[in-house]
Amino acid sequence: MEFLVITLIKLALITFIFMTTLAYLQWVERKVIAHVQVRMGPSRVGPHGLLQPLADVIKLITKEGVMPPHVNGGYYLLAPFLAVFMALISISIIPFGGAIDIPAIQLAGKTFGPYHTMMELASVNMGVLMILAVSSMGVYGIALAGWSSNNKYALLGGLRSSAQMISYELPMSLAIASPLLTAGSLQLRGIADSQAGFYLGFVPKWAIFQMPAPQIFAFIIFMIAAFAETNRIPFDLPEAENELVAGFHVEYSSMTFASFFMAEYANMVTVCSVGTLLFLGGWQPLWPAALGSNFVAPAIFLGAGLICLYHGLNPARPFDRYTLPVFAVVFFGLAGLMAFPPLVPVLTPLFWFLAKVGFLLFVFIWIRATLPRFRYDQLMSFAWKFLFPAALLNLLVTGFLVALVP
Amino acid sequence: MDLFFFSLFAFIALICAVNVVLQKHPISSALSLVGVMASLAVLYLLLGAEFVAMSQVIVYAGAVMVLFVFVIMLLNAGIEVHHGRSWMAKLLGFPAFLAILGLLCFFVQRGFPNVGSVRFGDWEGGGAQQVGYALFTEYLLPFEVTSVLILIAIIGAIVLARKELD
Repeated sequence: MEFLVITLIKLALITFIFMTTLAYLQWVERKVIAHVQVRMGPSRVGPHGLLQPLADVIKLITKEGVMPPHVNGGYYLLAPFLAVFMALISISIIPFGGAIDIPAIQLAGKTFGPYHTMMELASVNMGVLMILAVSSMGVYGIALAGWSSNNKYALLGGLRSSAQMISYELPMSLAIASPLLTAGSLQLRGIADSQAGFYLGFVPKWAIFQMPAPQIFAFIIFMIAAFAETNRIPFDLPEAENELVAGFHVEYSSMTFASFFMAEYANMVTVCSVGTLLFLGGWQPLWPAALGSNFVAPAIFLGAGLICLYHGLNPARPFDRYTLPVFAVVFFGLAGLMAFPPLVPVLTPLFWFLAKVGFLLFVFIWIRATLPRFRYDQLMSFAWKFLFPAALLNLLVTGFLVALVP
Repeated sequence: MDLFFFSLFAFIALICAVNVVLQKHPISSALSLVGVMASLAVLYLLLGAEFVAMSQVIVYAGAVMVLFVFVIMLLNAGIEVHHGRSWMAKLLGFPAFLAILGLLCFFVQRGFPNVGSVRFGDWEGGGAQQVGYALFTEYLLPFEVTSVLILIAIIGAIVLARKELD
């Protein structure tokens, strides 16, 4: 009973936070790309465009969902559902931090707790394999959407997408396999825990630095394949708008259209979390707590708050005088929360995990703002002639090093 | 609980399997086959064979069937047209099916008389470590021979595909 209640609470929390993240990820993406291109980005709805995701959601929900007469009805409606389902299911097995311990509370004569729970929804022994299985099933959503639309652009998009995802799954799986050799576990929590500790007192034992086989090349291969698996620029051939209008989702509108976008962003978050857990040590800090890594989170939020306060007192735009001090107060509150001693063991690992995932997401957006799109034959020959042999070689070298070096 | 999940997914697997044959469109048949593969994976999971279950989804549902769907979409295969079946098939089809099923049951019963009934959650040897250990000790020769077989298939595919280049 206790387990059920705690799991339901965690489920509700994670669902709410994850959905909000997905909506605001788009705001972050638009802002970052705008600033890379020396523009303002969304700035009309709410202060700094912060209510833009809400406006987008309302717009997409209230729009009329048009179902063209020539589509293959059942599969046309099944496809976005499949895409979202497969994208959201993997977040349930990703751990974000250590354990949460709530001491016993006396309330109205009854004792509640003590409670002990891990920061994840489900702990699966075969976590890595399950992520691979779910992501390989994700192709069906896009392929079916392309096929059932009965439209040549959509069909081409669906075909491109399935060919691309099958091809890049090979280097991705091989790149994932090599840190598993050093970690010796398939459970995501076990893999992250195996990267705890430091060399010489300050170099973290993350998989990309870990002796005897640093996985830096596997990490690069993994990230490149992740771009192709999530259909992001420079590999967004399935929805290349200047060749295929909009690719596999030409015929979709309203909520069904939105669900493909949600699936894309959810896949991005999942793949960044998996990369963090496998290669960047999950929630292990960059340098030991003895050298003060616990103070990084409060310091960052304090700095952000001070910058906001300074710009609020010297406003560049008229409304900054009112909005930026509010942000400053929010940042100061977060800094206080991060420095509050009873919460430090819970929030510090969570901060490091989210910071790494956020950095990888930023790399995704940064590259979208920087690189042009590949040509389709370049995409395929890159996967098969360079990435796949490189991943294979990396796995071989890792295997030898792990077996030979004691 | 185990029994409930077993009945549910066995039922889904059976429905999907029948659907593979009954559907007229190749895409529908292929997707029903995906349903069969996925339900089989759940049945393996119920028996404790975690690694086999995940491999089932990754290899069959995720790779083989995606290729099937890809090829069907690429060739743009249309709806099958059913011609009238011969009276032999109509008359003998179902009895022959029952007879083959009966024979199969008979031989399984005959060959493995002491198997006993299946119990869920008893068996713990389905993890990746145990599977890997068994593959590289007890079943090393079959494992290596299979890899040579797959290599032959890959070389054969390359030879067949190269023909038009020359």
